Amino acid sequence: MIEFDAVSKSYPGGTTAVSDFSLEVPAHRTTVFVGSSGCGKTTLLRMVNRMVDPSAGSIRIDGRDISAGSPVQLRRSIGYVMQNAGLLPHFTVAENIATVPRLKGTSRGKARQRAVELMTTVGLDSSLADRYPHQLSGGQQQRVGVARALAPEPNILLMDEPFGAVDPIVRTELQQELLRLQRELGKTIIFVTHDIDEAFLLGDQVVILSEQAQKLQVGTPSRIIESPANDFVSSFIGADRGQRALSIKQTPTGTVLVDSQGRTQGRLVDAPDLDRA
Amino acid sequence: MNWILENLDLIGTLALEHLRQSLWAIAAGFLISLPLGWAAWRYRSLRGLVVTGTGLLYTIPSLALLMILPVVTGMSAISEANLIVSLTVYALAIMVRCVVDGLDSVDPQTRSAATAMGYGPGRRFAAVELPLAGPVILAGLRVTAVSTISLATVGILVGVTNLGYLFTNGLQRRIIPEVLAGVLAVALIALLIDLLLVLAGRWLMPWTTARPQRARRARNSAPEAVGTR
Amino acid sequence: MNLLRDAFSWLTDPAQWTGASSLLLLLGQHLMYTAIAVALAAVIAIPLGWAIGHTGRGREIAVAVSGLARAVPSFGLLILLVLLAGVLHKPEAAVITFVLLAIPSILAGAYTGLESIDRKTIDAARAMGMTEREILAKVEIPLGLPLLVGGLRSAILQVAATVTIAAYVNLGGLGLPIITGLNLRRYDMVLGGALLVAALALVLELLMALAQRMSVPRGLRSTSTAGPPAEPAGRGADHANTTELHRDRTVERTRT
Repeated sequence: MIEFDAVSKSYPGGTTAVSDFSLEVPAHRTTVFVGSSGCGKTTLLRMVNRMVDPSAGSIRIDGRDISAGSPVQLRRSIGYVMQNAGLLPHFTVAENIATVPRLKGTSRGKARQRAVELMTTVGLDSSLADRYPHQLSGGQQQRVGVARALAPEPNILLMDEPFGAVDPIVRTELQQELLRLQRELGKTIIFVTHDIDEAFLLGDQVVILSEQAQKLQVGTPSRIIESPANDFVSSFIGADRGQRALSIKQTPTGTVLVDSQGRTQGRLVDAPDLDRA
Repeated sequence: MNWILENLDLIGTLALEHLRQSLWAIAAGFLISLPLGWAAWRYRSLRGLVVTGTGLLYTIPSLALLMILPVVTGMSAISEANLIVSLTVYALAIMVRCVVDGLDSVDPQTRSAATAMGYGPGRRFAAVELPLAGPVILAGLRVTAVSTISLATVGILVGVTNLGYLFTNGLQRRIIPEVLAGVLAVALIALLIDLLLVLAGRWLMPWTTARPQRARRARNSAPEAVGTR
Repeated sequence: MNLLRDAFSWLTDPAQWTGASSLLLLLGQHLMYTAIAVALAAVIAIPLGWAIGHTGRGREIAVAVSGLARAVPSFGLLILLVLLAGVLHKPEAAVITFVLLAIPSILAGAYTGLESIDRKTIDAARAMGMTEREILAKVEIPLGLPLLVGGLRSAILQVAATVTIAAYVNLGGLGLPIITGLNLRRYDMVLGGALLVAALALVLELLMALAQRMSVPRGLRSTSTAGPPAEPAGRGADHANTTELHRDRTVERTRT
């Protein structure tokens, strides 16, 4: 579990990126921070691996304050996936994936073997192991980025708009791949995006943020869709546009809600208490 | 330092000679580099030839070039004209590349916008491409001016009198202040011309200074990208 | 063309290649002065340049110093230092001159090499848990190498050219036949020496161009034959940056 406890971040210039933010991020679940650019979501994410240090407040991982130890050790224990993958251009695919294990002293052979295994895990052909990043497509680079983050077997994955720079078809593919991986691996994931559809698709818990990382609403996707906290949230999630107009559909396993494009957005559950009232 | 005060007349005369020789070379190099650079930029096949050719000329040390050039030009090796032509060759080598780089730096979208508005190739070059390439060309011209002025001093080795005279004469007569005066005079003239070029650039290209200064490094510009180090 | 023929017959005369002022000896002196000066300058300038490039501090000072350095005439500086050092320490004074002349280009090569790296690449390295030392050693130095070698290339050229002039203060080197020939009005000798100096400069330039090409990390070498090696993604569109980069690239080169 990751706990943000009254965290703030302001810069010497007087800008405040995050103001008094508290949240519990449950273990083995995907939490998505969603908001428009400049809302401080990336700052929040980068505080977890201490790429940014908070000006006030603290962050705890499994009860331990992260500011206590060395940032380098902390970062090596957390997977980080960024937009455009951020691969080292002079390392091959396998070397990129093996970077952190190598830093930690794993032997070259073992690190490479593990890298090739991870390539399969993220759906990359192992024949690409000796290619350089610029020889790969954007989607392949992004998969390498995920494999690299998984290499040190971290419990936590931080993903900063990882699919922001790829085309919509590849993005859908990568999103499905991430859902599959998460079912298998059950990591504690914090995922940052400005795309509300992506947030609802991937998140177990979705946190909608406005300026200075003010929480507009926190909840499961269906909860937010059912009862948006305020008008801003409704307009942000598109509930007032036809696009998200939901309808009820009967399936063999129960009643679900589907949107205008036929995608399932949530399950309809009975609310006996309400019935009685 | 008495030597300097007693010989201000001499220093002044030499400085004017020096400036005259240098300015000829700088001006000639600049003026020739514009059409040559444009041609090299416009025609890919010419580009390698021009850029590599001038680059190779640039690698030849000045003392050697001063001796080799007369074989081609037929001028006397120990003439002022030979010095000016040699300096022009170096100026050209720097400037051609900067003109090509400058034209490269013009946003292709701006260029097509100008074409779409109905600019013909000639007017587009004068009104759009050249001004937008201006900052890079100016940077090159500043380098050219400063190095030409400092390089001109080797002229004394082939008997062309300028501030370099203070070096050879100072060495023969072992007058350290004389040599120092020469070094300082050359540096001062170079920096003065550099300053004039900067001011001219501001006057000719007001948009380069009117724009709010952008933070150069991404590290400093976006608060989200600032990390612990 | 008569002169050219005379120059070639002077060059090919076996008398020039033996004895106390043999061209071979002068070539050796020339190369030795160049190598010693560039090596000393590299020892000073490379760590300093890397420090500037890694921390981003001191860059303005470095730019100002190399701008000033370009305005100082190398011929004058050489004579000034030789006079200051006295006859006994002439070679040392000359080497100090050459080192001073070589430092700005190497310094610029070292820090622009680091600055040219995509900030995202360095950010990613840090986020993975590399220490600052590891970032420097595994990411910044390898990726900045081509521009550093470019700086060394300009420095070698600059020093080799100034060593030519050093013949004027009786330090030998391949400038000697030019200076002596001018005094004796022996233009075959002057031109022969000049051709030799030019050839040496071209060979050094060629070798360094080759070294620079080889210093590009394999992952950055463009697969196509045309065009410069691919730069790290994400900086092509930034015009402010390209302008700055061009300026830095130009700053590196000074002529003597």
